[in-house]
Amino acid sequence: MAQKNMICITCPRGCHLSVDTQTGAVTGNSCEKGAEYGKNELFHPMRVLTTTVRLEGQTGSRLPVKTAGPIPKELLFKAMEEANSRIVHSPVHTGDVILENIAGSGVALVACKEM
Amino acid sequence: MVDVTVIGCGVIGAATAAMLAKYDLSVMVLEAQNDVATGTTKANSAIIHAGYDPEPETQMARLNVEGNRLCKEWAKQLDVPCKEIGSLVLAFDEADLAMINELYRRGVANGVPELKLLSAEELLAMEPKLSHEVKGALLAPSAAVISPWDFCLALAETAVKNGAQLKRSAPVTAIEKIEGGYRLHTPQGVVESRMVVNAAGVFADKVHDMIAPHAFTTHPSRGEYYLMDKSQGALVDHVVFQCPNKDGKGVLVSPTVHGNLIVGPNAEPVAEGDDVAVTADGLAFVRRQAAKSVPEINYRDSIRNFAGVRAVTDQPDFVIAEAEGAPGFIDLGGIKSPGLSSAPAIALQAVELLGKAGLTLKEKENYVFERRETRFKELSSDEKAKLVEKSPAYGRVICRCETITEGEIIAALHSPIPPVSVDGVKRRCNAGMGRCQGGFCGPRVQEIIARELGVPQTEVLQDKAGSRILLCKTKGEDAQ
Amino acid sequence: MTEYHELIVVGGGPAGLAAACEAWEKGVRDILILERDKELGGILNQCIHNGFGLTYFKEELTGPEYAGRFVKMLYSTDVKVKTDTMVLNITPDKEIHAVNTFDGYLVLRAKSIILTMGCRERTRGAIGIPGDRPAGVLTAGAAQRYLNIEGYLVGKRVVILGSGDIGLIMARRMTLEGAKVLAVVELMPYSNGLNRNIVQCLEDFDIPLYLAHTITDIEGGDGRVSKVRVAQVDENRMPMPGTEMEFDCDTVLLSVGLIPENELSKNAGLELDRRTNGLVVYENMETSAEGIFACGNVVHVHDLVDFVTAESQAAGRSAAAYLAGNHAAGKADLEVKTAGHVTYTVPQKLRLANVEQSAKLFFRVNQVMPKAIVTVRSGEETLATFRREHMAPGEMATVTIPRVLLEKANGTITVTAEPAEEI
Repeated sequence: MAQKNMICITCPRGCHLSVDTQTGAVTGNSCEKGAEYGKNELFHPMRVLTTTVRLEGQTGSRLPVKTAGPIPKELLFKAMEEANSRIVHSPVHTGDVILENIAGSGVALVACKEM
Repeated sequence: MVDVTVIGCGVIGAATAAMLAKYDLSVMVLEAQNDVATGTTKANSAIIHAGYDPEPETQMARLNVEGNRLCKEWAKQLDVPCKEIGSLVLAFDEADLAMINELYRRGVANGVPELKLLSAEELLAMEPKLSHEVKGALLAPSAAVISPWDFCLALAETAVKNGAQLKRSAPVTAIEKIEGGYRLHTPQGVVESRMVVNAAGVFADKVHDMIAPHAFTTHPSRGEYYLMDKSQGALVDHVVFQCPNKDGKGVLVSPTVHGNLIVGPNAEPVAEGDDVAVTADGLAFVRRQAAKSVPEINYRDSIRNFAGVRAVTDQPDFVIAEAEGAPGFIDLGGIKSPGLSSAPAIALQAVELLGKAGLTLKEKENYVFERRETRFKELSSDEKAKLVEKSPAYGRVICRCETITEGEIIAALHSPIPPVSVDGVKRRCNAGMGRCQGGFCGPRVQEIIARELGVPQTEVLQDKAGSRILLCKTKGEDAQ
Repeated sequence: MTEYHELIVVGGGPAGLAAACEAWEKGVRDILILERDKELGGILNQCIHNGFGLTYFKEELTGPEYAGRFVKMLYSTDVKVKTDTMVLNITPDKEIHAVNTFDGYLVLRAKSIILTMGCRERTRGAIGIPGDRPAGVLTAGAAQRYLNIEGYLVGKRVVILGSGDIGLIMARRMTLEGAKVLAVVELMPYSNGLNRNIVQCLEDFDIPLYLAHTITDIEGGDGRVSKVRVAQVDENRMPMPGTEMEFDCDTVLLSVGLIPENELSKNAGLELDRRTNGLVVYENMETSAEGIFACGNVVHVHDLVDFVTAESQAAGRSAAAYLAGNHAAGKADLEVKTAGHVTYTVPQKLRLANVEQSAKLFFRVNQVMPKAIVTVRSGEETLATFRREHMAPGEMATVTIPRVLLEKANGTITVTAEPAEEI
């Protein structure tokens, strides 16, 4: 049975996981999230994207944003393109949806700061 | 046609221009870089030597001792940071003891005041952090530390305030002899001038060769330094030299006028006069040599390494003379150490040579040789309160490490020679000179420069031409 | 004119915010925060990546979100805040001199002070990289501020020296914003960053990490960086001839360590620890001056903001207890020493009267240990041992020692860590 070793990125603890490449069974994890991460990472890796979008108004020139949940890793650059062409105006509130369904991922891009 | 053109605005050119501006003359200053004080002037040991080094009877001996006195006098008049902390030359063996006796003899012959030979006991009582291997020292109380770039700036500003014209980014590329003077070519156009002062530093030989038969050759010699945090600034109270010996001139350890500690230099011949790179070997040499004088320097507190190039030539003395076959073309070449110390005296001699060459020296009526700077940090609490009440910009501290306020940066940007770069601001008001080296304040200084000079932030330079800090805005913002 | 306050907090970053909120929570009603930046939140405002808050909020937040929650909490209190205000001097008898553009020059007095000035980045000058000194050599944090707050790209072809978390995070950020990160170069044979950041910031983008390498030369005679040379280093961290690589790049980012900012502490005459460059503190985060407390990166550089919050809440509680008179001052009962692979501890001194159930010690080790045993001794006697997995210099560790064990100690305790195999 082939095993793939990886480091869990779910939290800063960084557990050393071993994932069965056939079944996706995970060992070395300290929590349930780790098991889920290990399996996902093997079959369809997902990442949360954090970046900024252009902001107009008196409160600054960049608004920090993030995807409300993980999106497929291969969509990161497509999502960046969409974020880069978006301009928002202050005031903006934490949690405001900046882009719905970014890069067709079904996940929203949301504001991370009151600005 | 202008009366006199000074090529180069380092401390020598600036001092000469400031002295010429005293007279009823049209004075032009051409500087190759985008700011004054960017060559040897900005990167050296920053010491006003007492004058016991040069052989008696030489031009260098006279200019050094006279310059030492004038530097301190001018620094006071122009509000340039300068402290007369005195220097020590340490002796570690019999040969060194013989050398400091020789230096004492030379110093007395040169007219250096208050020289004293110290025993090891006297020395260690005075400077307890010195190596206990010392056998004695020569004390020269008249040596001082100075801010060399501010000295140069103050002199250049004095020249400009009294009517001299300064062109920056104007390197002289060719010189022609014309009727009644010279035609100087620069990328900023042609300047015609009756007389010329060549104060081009390490490039003075090349400028000389544009108009006269080859007379001297610069062999640039690079010196590398450590600048330490103020936490190390009180390690010694004097400029601490080692004896010149067969291995070289020795490495000095000294407080700077701003309260840091400077350690260096080595001496390394380099091919190009602007090669100011630091090297691992050079810095290692400096550390090794400095440890002989002061064993406990903590290099973890280093805040910057830098290198400067000395304008050493094939001549033992400074080259201060009218060029052969070029009447009214005065060379001030090969101004190596003690060039900074000698600068005022060299400037006076240059004016004298121009006079001998036929320049009419009639004093102006309204010549101003005075400058007052506002330095927030140096004020008392009451003075600070009053200043901020009057101009609130002095209430915003931009550089945390050196406590430099927005008011001081704005004042620098509207000074007679406005800076065009972050380092130009640093040279004028010390923002970014401290332990974080502009990590925090760099971006904010840049913002202020862009705002005050009305340029996009991406155009603001770190230092010389080509040193852009920011390549572009993200998200295509500046493409629109 | 002097202004009086019960408690003044110097700094409005994560440490200052948590300390002020907690002191308010514990009944202190006259609190003033002095913040040098234009807004509260400190460095978290530019740390737009996620990974914050897993311990404290039990969810994963970005830096601005984490700061935002504390700012919101603070605004629900009557804690006073002065932003854009620089503290110039603090005296041992708790007088604070500060300045801003709207109040002018301020002289303040406080019964208690909490110091939270944070830290600054080590620069090129501190590590002495040879070569030219062109534009384009920046600390990673400065580049982060330009990129995330102001929206400027500092370079397009980037080499990063140092694999601390800021360096790794910036490798990803620069890549996402369109720059090419050519290499991350680390002097040590291991990374000082979190494993997760090596995976999601470097491996995700195929950015090579060169361990046991360093930059030996920077070229940039025309004003901007044009090339760097990188070489492998030997066990003494000296470059090895014949291992040189060249990178054509326009930017070098430095992520080579953080230094607590203690210039105000030095002026106030407070005791500093040479190992951390931070303040020496007692069990209750009190410094060597009674009533002056400290927390966060000004004490020791943290890798997780959640720990800063916990430490700062402790400082806030202690300041409240001090103001309420429930506080044991005076000399330490126990000095905490280190041995083996432990490089420092915080706190460095313990007074048992202020220790309730147990004392928590934070520390770091100086080598990577897959399995380790941490031992707390007093003289020859072992008070406690703890097994740990994956200890590394980049990851702060803790041990919690019950008070009953501390009572057995005599004058000092020593914390050591050894690889488990050796024992």
